[in-house]
This record gives sequence, structure tokens and C-alpha cells, in this order.
Amino acid sequence: MKVATHLFDAVIVGGGGAGLRAAIELSQVGLHVAIISKVFPTRSHTVSAQGGINAALGNAEPDDWRWHMFDTVVGSDFLGDQDAIEYMCKNAPQSIYELEHMGLPFSRIENGKIYQRAFGGATREYGKEQAHRTCCAADRTGHAMLHTLYQKNLQAKAQFFNEWFAIDLVKNQTGVAGATAICIETGEVVFIHAKATILATGGAGRIYQSTTNAHINTGDGMGMALRAGYPLQDMEFWQFHPTGIYGSGSLISESVRGEGGYLINKNGERYMERYAPHLKDLSCRDIVSRCSAIEIREGRGCGPMGDYVLLKADHLGEELIKTRLPGIRELAITFAGTDPVKEPIPVVPTCHYMMGGIPTNYHAQAITKNVKGEDQIIQGLYAAGECACVSVHGANRLGANSLLDLVVFGRAAGKHVKQSIEQGLTWSEPHSADIEQALSRLYRWNGNEKGERVDEIRCALQKIMQDDFGVFRTEEHMKTGFVKLEELRDRLNYAAIQDKSDCFNTARIEALELDNLMAIALATAHCANMREESRGAHARYDYPKRDDKNWLKHSLYFEDGKIVFRSINMKPQESEPITLRAREDVH
Amino acid sequence: MRFSIYRYNPEKDKSPYMQTFDIDVKEHQCVMVLDALLTIKNKFDESLSLRRSCREGVCGSDGMNINGKNRLACTAHLSSLKEPVVIRPLPGLPVVRDLVVDMSQFYQQYEKAKPYLQNHDPKPATERLQSPEDRKKLDGLYECILCACCSTSCPSYWWNPDKYMGPAALLQAYRFIVDSRDTATEERLADLTDPYSLYRCRGIMNCVDVCPKDLNPLEAINSMKDMILKESV
Repeated sequence: MKVATHLFDAVIVGGGGAGLRAAIELSQVGLHVAIISKVFPTRSHTVSAQGGINAALGNAEPDDWRWHMFDTVVGSDFLGDQDAIEYMCKNAPQSIYELEHMGLPFSRIENGKIYQRAFGGATREYGKEQAHRTCCAADRTGHAMLHTLYQKNLQAKAQFFNEWFAIDLVKNQTGVAGATAICIETGEVVFIHAKATILATGGAGRIYQSTTNAHINTGDGMGMALRAGYPLQDMEFWQFHPTGIYGSGSLISESVRGEGGYLINKNGERYMERYAPHLKDLSCRDIVSRCSAIEIREGRGCGPMGDYVLLKADHLGEELIKTRLPGIRELAITFAGTDPVKEPIPVVPTCHYMMGGIPTNYHAQAITKNVKGEDQIIQGLYAAGECACVSVHGANRLGANSLLDLVVFGRAAGKHVKQSIEQGLTWSEPHSADIEQALSRLYRWNGNEKGERVDEIRCALQKIMQDDFGVFRTEEHMKTGFVKLEELRDRLNYAAIQDKSDCFNTARIEALELDNLMAIALATAHCANMREESRGAHARYDYPKRDDKNWLKHSLYFEDGKIVFRSINMKPQESEPITLRAREDVH
Repeated sequence: MRFSIYRYNPEKDKSPYMQTFDIDVKEHQCVMVLDALLTIKNKFDESLSLRRSCREGVCGSDGMNINGKNRLACTAHLSSLKEPVVIRPLPGLPVVRDLVVDMSQFYQQYEKAKPYLQNHDPKPATERLQSPEDRKKLDGLYECILCACCSTSCPSYWWNPDKYMGPAALLQAYRFIVDSRDTATEERLADLTDPYSLYRCRGIMNCVDVCPKDLNPLEAINSMKDMILKESV
């Protein structure tokens, strides 16, 4: 196939928070940037983030970015890289001020400064009282942020390829030369040739049956990286949010608990007081989710089937709920049929966030391993946001650190690309065979005439992940799940779409997405099965304890199933390293 | 439950037609219209094209005309709808395929509102201050999800989609006009004084009636008309 080539300084795959933040950094200095987004940018999943974004501004009480760093490291169950966490927490206030200057409508306090609320795992003075560190725009922070970033890009005149789908990275001898993409509306295929390629494609929560994630969260960038021969890191770590609406899976933000709401079981007991007397309902998300799962399993769940718990907020009063939590109220009324002003919301732990992703350093440069087993920077490739693993979240992400991650490292990616181009980074020429290679899966889907339907395989995949790789894991289940998943991968090769139209063919896009879902599910299954310990969100019945002696390390997974390990960075540049300790001792 | 769905693929159909589907909504656990549409697409006819993303009413992808009213498929309860449920693309915009419309003109009007903060004063080292009262003025404005339900329910917009900005874009114009941090109020108002951009609004309130986020573009439009009037006397 002869495809048109478009030349850009940088191509950004993904029009969510990370991609848009990176684009601003580049287009405002006049660099020629293409943003490929499979949806109109304001439909990206950043829009669903509710509670807020952490930064030690100290508007509510004295605060310090080192305390934020401490909380993040402890929250990560020590799997996070301390140099990256230091960078994120230190750059957090500046990143927030920039967003404010761009126009983000933050909620305010009396003196006109940004309002900051309490959130899970946030403490003052290294583990003491609850901190108020989460900046927000009511409970629509992601929406406010995404729209602000898009609006700023309109002003900076970035070039959008809206409703285009990136198919694969184009690789050559030196590194990454850009990406192939297809226009959803017309079927036109192009190669976007760029000096730098930034993957900012978000998460892949759609590998699970029950998820807070949007339909579009199919791990596209990570699938692209794997197929190009690059690794994914820490894919066993998936966050289950304690408060997904029972049934629909829509998210009910932690800010409900931050504002004073709490979870109860069928006896009306506030059970988090029993499990975690210090931080209670604002313990780390993995802990609260496990406690809820235990309550349900031990027969203290609510409802006719006893399969959910209740989130109580009516004691907060109508005024507070209407001003601080209006979006939550709307969601609860629409999807749970309950008004939190009057009655509690039925909730269950629900797949929410992927801590793993494309390994990067804190400049957002993607990393692989060379033949000697050393870290090697991939020339021309960057990743930021949920699809990246810097790693700032380690084994468990703190609430309101994801919007921070995507802003800080989207910004960092932009800054590093800009600097690299100034220092001479230029286009590297791919062969036509390299471009053909990056179109091969499109040919496969276009060519397959008869076969299983995409939806059949997708549903089976989601059920396996839900049943065998959920909140609690055991070798027995994972082994069975693994075999089923491998079978499913073989079936995927013979799947087919009947719709071959070039006009807004969403069946074809869903087929291309399924390749990515499969790649991510396999990565998760391989890594989860391999890690014989419980750490953060990875909880095993058969290995219930954290094992620092054997498992204090990142896992790197390659597409062929090979897993190697990377050491964790415990050397921040200017602050004191945070030494290993049990999370229970802190919380 | 019976659904009658607008179908049109310009590659193979000479003209659009309505197609009937009977779906066991209980068996497929459909609560919202979007659930039913995805059941049709996933289980019966993969060629049905529509946009969807968040499925919880915040991304604005799945605005469509359901039983004669523009709304989001993901928040439209099946239990509230009469059968057959008639689903058409948003009216007034060119149809790309099935329920997918060409939104470019809608986005162009949005861009005409210069929907970004303008303030040329030196940036402070920390945040610009804004009182809670001033911040409150943005409530009911910034929450717009650009679903286009309002603009495509407006006859003035149907007549002049190239010249009348429409309620969604005007809501954004006002969102920046009342932002205490924005300093371009005069220019913004001046941009609206031609006979079309703002003044084609006749106040029939279709926009208010359909907004899935319960926003009130008419109030914003009237406020801007008042401001322009006050400036001119």
C-alpha cells in the first residue's frame, strides 16, 4: 500500500491530559506538532477524573512536597522510583499554577487561593495527621483540566488529527521514526514521520468486565510499544477503586470520603475503623478495596445478593454535597437511582487504573533493555500519563496523583523533546518495509473474511481477567486463566470483521483495539502469575506478605512472554531516601 | 423492546432508511439507550456506527435524537421511553454514517468564541486569586461537554450554522467574559455585535430544554445582550 507521509517535529498519540499538556509545551515555541486522537480530544478519559490533583501548595495548612513524596512512596508500597516521585512532587505546585494561569476553574477558598481537600493516603509530617493537598474544580477536575488544555492548544494552534487511530510505531535501525494512522471517517492511511513520538494513550481498563474506564481505554500505545519489541513494566499492578457504582461501574470519587463520607456494611458498621484505625476510609485504595472485598466475602455485604457495600454521605448535608460533589450526585441519581443527599450509594471495588505501562525515566523517555541487560533509552520515543510507568505509582497509586502524573510528565516530555530538537534531534529515515510492517495488522483485519466476531473474543477476555486476575489472586486461578487467555490469543488470529467500509468504520477500529487489549491482558497475566508476593494492588492468597528480599524490583515484560527485572530507584537527588517499612506502621 | 434506528452508509446506500431491531433488554442487561445500541452493534450488526466513550454523561460523544428529543444515549433510561424507540442522528448537521454526524461546523463556532483565558498581565508566581463569589459565576458554564444537543435543537442554528454561533459556543463565550481572571471582555463582546453571531437567538429555550447537564445557555445569551446594550448607552 502506498501511503502518504506527513512530516512533523513531533507526533503525539493521544489527546487526553498528558498528550495535550505535552503539545502545549511544543506548539507554544513554534514546533510543528501533530496530535493523533481517536476521539475528539475532550472525549478522552481524562474528562472522567473527578476528585482532584495533588500538590503541596499549603493553601489549607502548611505543607511540604517532601511530605507528599513520602506519602507517594509509602502508598506505592515502595515499588515507585524515588527519583521520579521526587521530581513529580517537587514540580507539582508549579504545574498547578501553570494550569491555573491557563484558565482552569479551580474551586477557591475565602482568600482567593485554590481550595484543597483531603484525599486517601495523604498525611502531614511523614505519616501524621490527614493532609489537605488535593486541588480541585468541584468534583469535575478532569473535565475542567481537559477542556482547559484543549482550549490552550487551540490558541497555540497545534495540528489535530481528530478521530484518527494510530496503528503502529514505525521503527528503524536507530529507534522510532513515527507512527502509522488511519482516518476513521475516510479510511485514509498515513505515515506520520516525526523527530519524536510521544505515546499518551491512557489506560486499558477495558481488559476487565467491570471497570470505571471509558470504552476507549484499550491500551493502544502499550500495544504499539510491545509489537515494536519494547517492554512494559509492572503490568501486574491494577488498581481497583473502592467505590465504583454497583452495576454500571461508574466511578464515585474518593472526594466523597475526603469530604467526610464513609463506607458501611449491611450492619451499618463503618468497617474501615476496624481495619485501619488511623486513616480509616482514607487509607490507600488497594487497602480499602481489599477490606470491602473481605466484607462482601464474609457475608457482610448489602443488598439481596450481599454483593456490594454502601457509601454513606447523607450526613454531610445537602449544601456541601451540592457545592463540592455535584457531579457525584448526578452520577448516583442517574446510575444507582439514589440521591446521596438522602441515602447511601451502593458501591463495589472496580477496576480503575493501571500502575504499569511503558517504562520511562522522569524526562518521559521510553526505556528498554539492551543485550547486556542494561537500561537503554529508545531513540525518539516518549511516553506520558497512564500508558507510561515512570514509575511514580509503584504498586498502588494515591488518589489525585494520576492527574498530577499526566500533567507533570506530559510537560516533562514536551520540555525534553523541545530540548532534544534544539540539540539536533532530527528525522530518522525508515525503509518502506518498516512502514509496511507497521500496517500489517490493518492488512490482517482487512483481509480476514470469515471468523469469530470481535465482540465474542473481547467478552471472553474480559471475563477471564475479571474471574482470575481480580482483587485477590491465587496461582490456581491464574494458571487456569492463563491457559484460557493463550487459547483466546490463537483464536484472535482468525477473527474477522464483516464490515470493510472505509466510511466511519467503528467495527474495524474495535478490531484494532482488540489486538491491544489482548496484548495488555497477556502482559498482566504473565506478570501477575510470576510475582510471588503481595504488594500494593497485587494481592495473593498464596503469598500474602510483601517480600522485599526477593521482589523489590520492577518486572519488564516483552511480547514474546519473556520477563526480566529492573531495580527500583531509591536515590532521590536532593531529599533523603525513604527507607523500607511496613505500610501498616505508617497508616 | 423495539428500536427504530436511522441507517445510512454513503458507500452503499442511495438514501437513508429506518431499520427496526427487537432487543431483549432484560437478557442483555440494558439500562440506557447506549446499552441497547451497543448490544445491537456487538451481538447483531457490527456495521452500526455511533460514537461513544465515557458512557457516564461527561464526555459528550453520544448526543443523538431519541424519540424526538436530543439527548445523550448513555444517560437516557430505556424505562422512560415509549416504544418503538426512534433513534436518529442529531438534526441539522451533515450525516457521516448512521448516528455519526459531521461536527466540524459546530467546533468552528466553538473556536469563534475564543474559548481560552486571555490575560496579558504578568503571571504571578503562584495562582491568580479569585474569590469564591467570582468563581461561583463560572458554575453552570464551564461544565459544558460539547455534545451539541443544544445547538442542534435550535432552529436559528439550523438556518445559519455558519454565522449564528449557537447556544454551546455562546455559553463558552460567556464563560470567559464572566471569568474575573480574563481581561478581554470588551473585545469578546465586540466580537458578538454583528447581526448573526449572538442576535439570531430568539429565546425559544430549546437549548435549555435539552441540555443533558442542566445548563442554561439562554441565560448566558441574555446576559451578554444586556452587557452589550449597557456598553452602547
